[in-house]
Amino acid sequence: MFESLTDKFEGIFSRLSRKGVLTEADVDEVLREIRVALLEADVNLSVVKSLRGRIKERAVGEEVHKALNPAQQVIKIVNEELTTSLGGETIAITYAAKPPTVVMMAGLQGSGKTTSSAKLARWFKSQGRNPLLVGADLQRPAAVEQLRTLGGQIDVPVYSEPSDPVTVAGNAIEEARSTGRDIVIVDTAGRLAIDEELMEEVRRISEVTSPDYTFLVVDAMTGQDAVNVAEAFHDKLALDGVILTKLDGDARGGAALSVKEVVGRPIAFAATGEKLEDFDLFHPDRMASRILGMGDVLTLIEKAEQTFEQEEAEAAAAKMLEGQFTLDDFLEQMQQLKKMGPLTNLVGMLPGLPKEMRDVEIDDREVGRIEAIIKSMTLEERSNPDIIDTSRRTRIARGSGTNPTQVAGLINQFSEMRKMMKRFGGMGTKKAKKNRRKDKKGRKGKGGGRVTPKGGQPGGRVTAGGRVTPKGTKSTKAPLMLPGLDRLDDGDLERMAKELDGFDA
Amino acid sequence: MSTTVLIAIAVVVVLLVAVGLALVVGRRGRGTSAPGADRSLEDGSGNLDLGSRSSTATMERDAVPAPSDVDVAEAGSVDVVEPPVEAPEPDVVEEPATKPSFFERLGKARSAFTGYLGDLVGLSRIDDDAWEELEEALIRADVGVTTSMTLIEDVRDRAKEASAEDGKQVLALLKERMHEELADKDRSLRIDDGETNVWLVVGVNGVGKTTTIGKLGKRLIDEGHRPLMAAGDTFRAAAAEQLTMWAERSGAEIVRGNEGGDPSSVIFDGVAAAASRDCNVVLADTAGRLQNKSNLMDELSKVRRVASKDPGHVTEVLLVIDATTGQNGMSQAKVFTEAVDVTGVVLTKLDGSAKGGIVFAIESELGLPVKLVGLGEGVADLVDFEPTDFVDALFE
Repeated sequence: MFESLTDKFEGIFSRLSRKGVLTEADVDEVLREIRVALLEADVNLSVVKSLRGRIKERAVGEEVHKALNPAQQVIKIVNEELTTSLGGETIAITYAAKPPTVVMMAGLQGSGKTTSSAKLARWFKSQGRNPLLVGADLQRPAAVEQLRTLGGQIDVPVYSEPSDPVTVAGNAIEEARSTGRDIVIVDTAGRLAIDEELMEEVRRISEVTSPDYTFLVVDAMTGQDAVNVAEAFHDKLALDGVILTKLDGDARGGAALSVKEVVGRPIAFAATGEKLEDFDLFHPDRMASRILGMGDVLTLIEKAEQTFEQEEAEAAAAKMLEGQFTLDDFLEQMQQLKKMGPLTNLVGMLPGLPKEMRDVEIDDREVGRIEAIIKSMTLEERSNPDIIDTSRRTRIARGSGTNPTQVAGLINQFSEMRKMMKRFGGMGTKKAKKNRRKDKKGRKGKGGGRVTPKGGQPGGRVTAGGRVTPKGTKSTKAPLMLPGLDRLDDGDLERMAKELDGFDA
Repeated sequence: MSTTVLIAIAVVVVLLVAVGLALVVGRRGRGTSAPGADRSLEDGSGNLDLGSRSSTATMERDAVPAPSDVDVAEAGSVDVVEPPVEAPEPDVVEEPATKPSFFERLGKARSAFTGYLGDLVGLSRIDDDAWEELEEALIRADVGVTTSMTLIEDVRDRAKEASAEDGKQVLALLKERMHEELADKDRSLRIDDGETNVWLVVGVNGVGKTTTIGKLGKRLIDEGHRPLMAAGDTFRAAAAEQLTMWAERSGAEIVRGNEGGDPSSVIFDGVAAAASRDCNVVLADTAGRLQNKSNLMDELSKVRRVASKDPGHVTEVLLVIDATTGQNGMSQAKVFTEAVDVTGVVLTKLDGSAKGGIVFAIESELGLPVKLVGLGEGVADLVDFEPTDFVDALFE
């Protein structure tokens, strides 16, 4: 029941890729499964139907590809259709020749307009602009207050007055001109798409402000109704794009697919957290690859890029593979890791993580405990944990507010992990390993028939354009190889998890 | 287990970074997307600004700037929003006279739903295509694909047994089946005499928790109770302000803490204040939280524990679900129930085009009764859930 779309597709795909030839019945079964999976992900029924139709048409059509077996071909088609449905490119925001550039936010109650307005203002600010927030939600008690508080946090002025929303919006444009603000973000009251009166009001706000961008704010948890809402707002306001909120939840986000398909406007931004900086341009290709079980590798790498120094990371990885990784290094890496955001979010982005591991709840406080333990060790103990005897262990436990069993548990797990990494690293120099990795990647070795993210790697390396990694050589050689990070498959992780299970604290 | 996972993740990420960075840097180096580059710059600075980015959410929440400043700012500008607040007041006085009929209010949802069913009623024989259409009508109402399939299969069996063939008969059977699903549930709201009852209102972000409390306050006062609202949403900006306005409208007492404060202590203060001011129901607001944020769910469990400390007596834990919510509603119901032992569901925003079909899945799979329904923004627009009317309205 709670299987995510990703798991669903993984299930279907693993069954598919076990077969060499795809029969007509297989195609139908896949399509049925895809229908259920998409519907459970809240993709609108009409959208599912058209998507399914397109997939079927192409699957039974002529496009026979020599390099791919039929199963892979269906996967490729599904991937491509999903990506197309989610929208081609990321929206590029252009600015009005004569400032201010006006942005209007509209949507249902509780979709997140006010918070998104502030997040958008922050985003514009980071682009070097001077936004003005406009509180035109005079309906909900304290909505303007909320906007003022948020505006204060990001140091963006908020304009509002106790008149009526249309007047507020009109005057706000004047205010922006006179105070030299080049972006105006109008936060409107939440309204039901079927409320004629309020829909007329929002149309008048739009008329008065003639916005350059009108965004519909859509909650990622929205069900089948997303399409009706989007259509109604689009009719009234001619939307330019959609802001998808609450994407950090466990909703499968089918609404994104539906809205894009029905309105034909891109998902411009996505909100992925409660903090004001948890907001960014939407990447349709990444969403599709997430749906398809690839994890969100690109976002992860991008985040990592901002926090990790490349040389440091490479050095750390090399140390790991050579079994030289010390607790001190580990501590440092954990601290870097923490900067990338809550660990639960990171896990969600890791590709090919088996469901059991993905569902494990990770308490960020656990990190604190581990840090405390390591910090209570002497430098010598950190680089050579073997010297830790009972008396040292007791001291460490006392210093970190834990107990000796926990300390021992951590050390055990760490050394097991180190051994394992050493085995993964295998023999040879770092350089040779690296080459082998690349070589492996180039051949698109194992990988259980998963799909690689579109545009994920530089051309030629792996599967630009959503090509499929053929299932092939089984990972008998795994201990010698670094399990490619975009291809660390379920087996690898399950094995890792299993090997470690006995060493639980 | 979690230490293991942590170490595994650290290792995987580090390795990923080592390989990934080279790739990405290469890609960037070839001068691809300018916006992407801009963004990473921006995010980079964001990192610098917030060193404690990955500390636990509770800590992040505490980091909301200077509560005192916020209070001053709020107090100063309450007036600004006052006029629209006054506007609904006359309605408040009049509305009890014209208590909205659940049935009438669902008119719009009804018409949309029968739109899909319309053709079927006239059919003399329900063939496979028609069965599928029937199932699709349920899916479009957010009943969910699994539940819809089960319902339709059951009805198909029954239709065969009863040799019901035409559209009318089959629809009657479906309706009967859906009635059964919602029958025999205790939908009353519990208030124990002589106790400081606590009703905890929980849910994900933006479903209408604060508004529901506002409406509940009015309702309880009309019924002769003495409610006290506890502004336990200390996270969202101006949430306490919003609740204060509702308290003023309804005449309920209110206790609020500082923005960024500990929600448990605000609610505990609320309970204590209720006991001393002789209020018999504490309506405890909580911050919206997505159910997959385990630390926030832990925080909520703590709130519940603290709320039931003497003299507190938790008699209802109401999960607010937005009618536009799709299948994620099930996950919400399940996880919140695990965390705080939900006693009932409040289905809000049912006056829109969304049908709230997720009710079926929630009631049938989890046995959680829907107790209240929100049908509008007015203070009297919170009504008892009436399953018979609800199902009938879907079919009329």
